[in-house]
Amino acid sequence: MELQLIWFILWGVLWAVYFMLDGFVIGMQMISGAIAKTDTEKRILINTVGPVWDGNEVWLITAGGATFAAFPRTYALMFSYLYTALLLLLFALIVRGVSFEFRGKVDNADWKASWDKAIVVTGFLLALLFGVAFGNIFKGIPMDAAGYHGTFFSLLNPYGLLTGALFLLLFAMHGALYLCVKTTGDLCRRAESLAGKLWIPVLLVAVTFLVYSKIDTKLLDNYFSMPALMVIPLAAVGSLLAVKLFMAKKAWYKAFAASCATVLFVTFTGVAGLFPNLIPSSLDPVWSLTIYNSSSSPYTLKIMTVVAFIFVPIVIAYKIWVYRVFRARVTEDDVLKKSEAY
Amino acid sequence: MDVLTLSRWQFAITCMFHFIFVPLTLGLSILTAYFETRWVQTNDETWLRMAKFWGKLFLINFSLGVVTGITMEFQFGMNWAEYSRYVGDIFGAPLAIEATVAFFLESVFIGVWIFGWDRISKKAHALSIWLVALGTNLSALWILLANGWMQHPVGYHLVTDAMGQIRAEMIDFGALLTNANGWYKFFHTVTSGYVVAAFFVMGISAWHLLRKSNPDFFKRSFRTAAIFGLASTIAVVATGDFSAIDVAKHQPAKLAAMESVWDTQKGVDFFLLLVPDSDAERNSIEAIGLPKMVSLLAFHNPDGEVKGLKDFPRDLRPPVAPTFWSFRVMVALGFYMMLMAAIGVWLSKKPDFADYGLFLKIMLFSIPVPYLAGQLGWVVAEVGRQPWIVYGVLKTADGVSRSISTGQVVGSLLGFTLFYGSLGVLDVYLLTKFAKKGPDGDIGGFIKMEGRRG
Repeated sequence: MELQLIWFILWGVLWAVYFMLDGFVIGMQMISGAIAKTDTEKRILINTVGPVWDGNEVWLITAGGATFAAFPRTYALMFSYLYTALLLLLFALIVRGVSFEFRGKVDNADWKASWDKAIVVTGFLLALLFGVAFGNIFKGIPMDAAGYHGTFFSLLNPYGLLTGALFLLLFAMHGALYLCVKTTGDLCRRAESLAGKLWIPVLLVAVTFLVYSKIDTKLLDNYFSMPALMVIPLAAVGSLLAVKLFMAKKAWYKAFAASCATVLFVTFTGVAGLFPNLIPSSLDPVWSLTIYNSSSSPYTLKIMTVVAFIFVPIVIAYKIWVYRVFRARVTEDDVLKKSEAY
Repeated sequence: MDVLTLSRWQFAITCMFHFIFVPLTLGLSILTAYFETRWVQTNDETWLRMAKFWGKLFLINFSLGVVTGITMEFQFGMNWAEYSRYVGDIFGAPLAIEATVAFFLESVFIGVWIFGWDRISKKAHALSIWLVALGTNLSALWILLANGWMQHPVGYHLVTDAMGQIRAEMIDFGALLTNANGWYKFFHTVTSGYVVAAFFVMGISAWHLLRKSNPDFFKRSFRTAAIFGLASTIAVVATGDFSAIDVAKHQPAKLAAMESVWDTQKGVDFFLLLVPDSDAERNSIEAIGLPKMVSLLAFHNPDGEVKGLKDFPRDLRPPVAPTFWSFRVMVALGFYMMLMAAIGVWLSKKPDFADYGLFLKIMLFSIPVPYLAGQLGWVVAEVGRQPWIVYGVLKTADGVSRSISTGQVVGSLLGFTLFYGSLGVLDVYLLTKFAKKGPDGDIGGFIKMEGRRG
């Protein structure tokens, strides 16, 4: 397989795994205000992601680093064209990380209430910003030899906002299902009920997204020219249906697993639809950034491939071990009796 | 101000802010790991309380280091798109490797360490903080190999890319990995981080010893940190010497600015008292000379020739005053710290150590000293290589993004300054709060729990 294609696939996998893993953290953040009533319940929610959120965020940094190393032109233009959106994203990521760490460090109701708000707001902001950014990438952005012809506000077009809404709802449901397998008692019941309520809106927005993609973008063209690829969006739809099926059976672990698969395949649907582009130009395909015109040299790609094939499996192995160590549900006792808990 | 100037300020501010947290992380992870290891070996509870107390301060600092680090990765593309496009083929690789090899390690195992006290064995728990320390130090290695490449580019050639623009492509990964500049910087930077941690632990311990709170606990903390600090200050000076030799060899203009040498000459004297005057291209004061010392230090040869600033075109000279003063003050602080750490090692052996009030007070107020020295060191390294972003290959002015507006960067610079300013206040507030609180007394429940698995 050619090296650019390997790195295109890896690029897609890094983003997909990032969205699958940080998606439930972001989802937990968005719904935390709605389902946690007391301080202890809020602490339980933060502690469900406590041991893993930081490691999950590294997938984003790795996706960014891989873009830099494998497709430097895309990295350079994507980050400078989307300057303001990325700045907001950065601030949201920083506040989110700090709020988990700092919330419990001062025993004062106002202090905690402020961080609780920050957790919810940054959750919404992160889901929306990622959705809007990727919506615009799927659709293509107005760029040519002279550079970028849009602004921050032109990113907030209907298709961008629709993708934003898809990410919001999908992450919220994903986060709710995560809490279904990580909490107990009332908290768990509320998460289950919320996940159930979110499923229909997710389905509706997902269908609208697909229809709108067909009408307004070239995102689905690859699927019609290479029907074998249809497996990917079908898997996305199938996983989403499986979520409903498992929820109805109250098989929450399976429902969460299906939700993970949904996030993965939704991302893959977008990424495979882009091929061979990384960022299409909405003005003229000549100016699109493709995996060929923006890639690093074969030598660099070869070295990066060796590094990735050695270290990514090691990372996955110890991450699986960590998820196993912390697989238990977080209970009231856990947060009240341990000084280390957030 | 234009996009270039604003972007340079923003990079400097965000980088220096990030580097408030990095050095303490580098050193305190090792000290915390050492304390916990001693507990595993001896079952002595004081070591455990030390791991927990210093570990808590470590975590507050660590979280800010992590979140402010993401800014650095984003900023290359956001503000320095031309640079990123030009060098991505060779500069992107170490960054991606850093994320894969180091960030995952530290970020995953920090979670294990915080939450794993009663879930894994004592040994596995101690191992997890060692893996965090390994991750942070490996991360420093990769980012400094990347920085070393900017300082002394190796293993590349310039070619026309698929879109018809010139860029640097990697041709020798081994050369990147073995770039002496990067390795000297790595050892110099991590050991200076160990000094930050040593002075942090000594300073806070001094505060408690002055109040006679938990004397055994803080005497032991102080003594460990003093020994660690003395060894590290010696290593910083030694690696600084190697770095200087590398600068002399590859970055002659930086060397000339560091020592404020205007005319090319052999056997350059070192003046203890020197004030550069850039406009007049001379030094307005030169007094108390040590014969041939600059040449001796830079080339290990008393007759080594230093190329003077006047022999570089004006537009290829780094700003002399900030480079010179930063270097001078950094070196002076380095020797101050070596002396204080040595006194610390000597005094902390004494049974009446807590009665040395003046020394303890000095150590408390010396906490910021290694931080300052580290920041100044980066000013020498980065201001001293101007006007180049990649030494001799690409100018800083040619690396800035073309598609961003002054308004955008004014907005982001203001945003970062205010936002980081408040984070800094919060960090100092929380560190002070927990530092003053002292170690937790009651860890009995934990010991019992651990006994089951131990």
